[in-house]
Amino acid sequence: MIVVEDLHKSFDGTPILKGISTVFEKGKTNLIIGQSGSGKTVFLKSLLGLFTPEQGAISYDGVSYGEMDDEQQRKLRQEMGMVFQGSALFDSMTVEENVMFPLKMFTNNSKREMRDRVDVVLKRVNLVDAHKKFPSEISGGMQKRVAIARAIVNNPKYLFCDEPNSGLDPRTSIVIDNLVQEITQEYDITTVINTHDMNSVMEIGQKIVFLKDGYKAWEGSNKEIFRTDNEAVTNFVYSSELFKKVRQMYQEEKN
Amino acid sequence: MKYIEAIGKYFLMIKEVFSRPTKWSIMKNLILKEIDDLVFGSLGILIFISFFVGGVVAIQTALNMDSPLLPKNLIGFATRQSVILEFAPTFTSIIMAGKVGSYITSSIGTMRVTEQIDALEVMGVNALNYLVFPKIIAMLFYPFAISISMFLGILGGWAGSVLGGFTTSAEFTEGLQIGFLPFHVFYSFTKTFIFAFVLATIPSYHGFYMRGGALEVGKASTTSFVWTSVVIIILNYIITQMLLGK
Repeated sequence: MIVVEDLHKSFDGTPILKGISTVFEKGKTNLIIGQSGSGKTVFLKSLLGLFTPEQGAISYDGVSYGEMDDEQQRKLRQEMGMVFQGSALFDSMTVEENVMFPLKMFTNNSKREMRDRVDVVLKRVNLVDAHKKFPSEISGGMQKRVAIARAIVNNPKYLFCDEPNSGLDPRTSIVIDNLVQEITQEYDITTVINTHDMNSVMEIGQKIVFLKDGYKAWEGSNKEIFRTDNEAVTNFVYSSELFKKVRQMYQEEKN
Repeated sequence: MKYIEAIGKYFLMIKEVFSRPTKWSIMKNLILKEIDDLVFGSLGILIFISFFVGGVVAIQTALNMDSPLLPKNLIGFATRQSVILEFAPTFTSIIMAGKVGSYITSSIGTMRVTEQIDALEVMGVNALNYLVFPKIIAMLFYPFAISISMFLGILGGWAGSVLGGFTTSAEFTEGLQIGFLPFHVFYSFTKTFIFAFVLATIPSYHGFYMRGGALEVGKASTTSFVWTSVVIIILNYIITQMLLGK
């Protein structure tokens, strides 16, 4: 579980995050949504410890990040898995080497054990024939799956995904969403996903935090988001024609 | 102010490079790969340039010796001094700032742009140690390349002057031996070690701290080449004054 209290972050005097407080629960897919420029990426990078907040605190399973020494922070990072927007695979390494990288870095396992573990996670993300391929030789969806495999190979406690569906077709997006949700429940980890994809919100949004101009404007679940009267949320959710029609139908049904 | 901040950031980077080391089993392979990429990968261009520049130095010296009172062995002497003292260590390093420096900046810069460095940091890896330290160690082999450059520069000088009919092989060889000071070789290799460090770290700095996209990677490579060359030239002056000045 990750607890965020009154988080503030600014760049060159411009405030980006303006006092965000929320809780991301274990075993759930937690979504951060909002328009571009609302502070989602800064929030996610603050959760990862890549940005130091000026005010506020982030606690991981009851331990505040600010109170940890360097060694504890490093250990915490080894318990985190991250799926980047562009996958961020090491392009000079094969798929197998990419997934094996965290194991090589932080475990003393034998090569055989590492290979077995890589096989397990690649199988888990439905990639069985891509071991020896380079990232440039596989599709965007496959790259995302490799990134997920790399993120979970070391059995992390926390999984972070930055726009995991970016650049993917709707069908592949659903596959990736479902995969992340299944892994979250299977491994019982705390997953935080940064997205503005409404399909993901509907599919896997067990907990949603909506950001607007650096503030937390709303939080709830995918069941509640279509019923809320919060103007900022409705403007965001019903910005597409499809969702406008869904809302119309919903209101007609209600009346 | 901007430059002072950049210099401070550069030294903080160096400190970070030597802290929190990566596991030796991984580092060993990274170092071997960098030796191959940075040193052995540069030998071709270095051999080509050294041979022909050595030849040109010898021919230019011969053509400018108008007085019949000047001994012909001066061609060998001038070639040796030019190649050992300046051409091999300094000008080859400037050429390497273009070849090796651009490679380092663009490869690290691309990793920054594609979030690969962020991925390393999120995993808890010291990205500076992982990326820059093997380059510094690999560049310790750079003096080996420079010694080849020295040898080929003098060989080129011999070929240019003897085969061009400006002097005889005996006179050229005699010139090579006149007033030879082993300290000059020490001076030359001292410079080379310092330039090797500069060649590994300044381009790494420009790649690691770059911001933006693909276009900025290109700009960072150019900036890195300019600053690496400037620093090499300034250090060359300082070291020469310190080791050879009276």
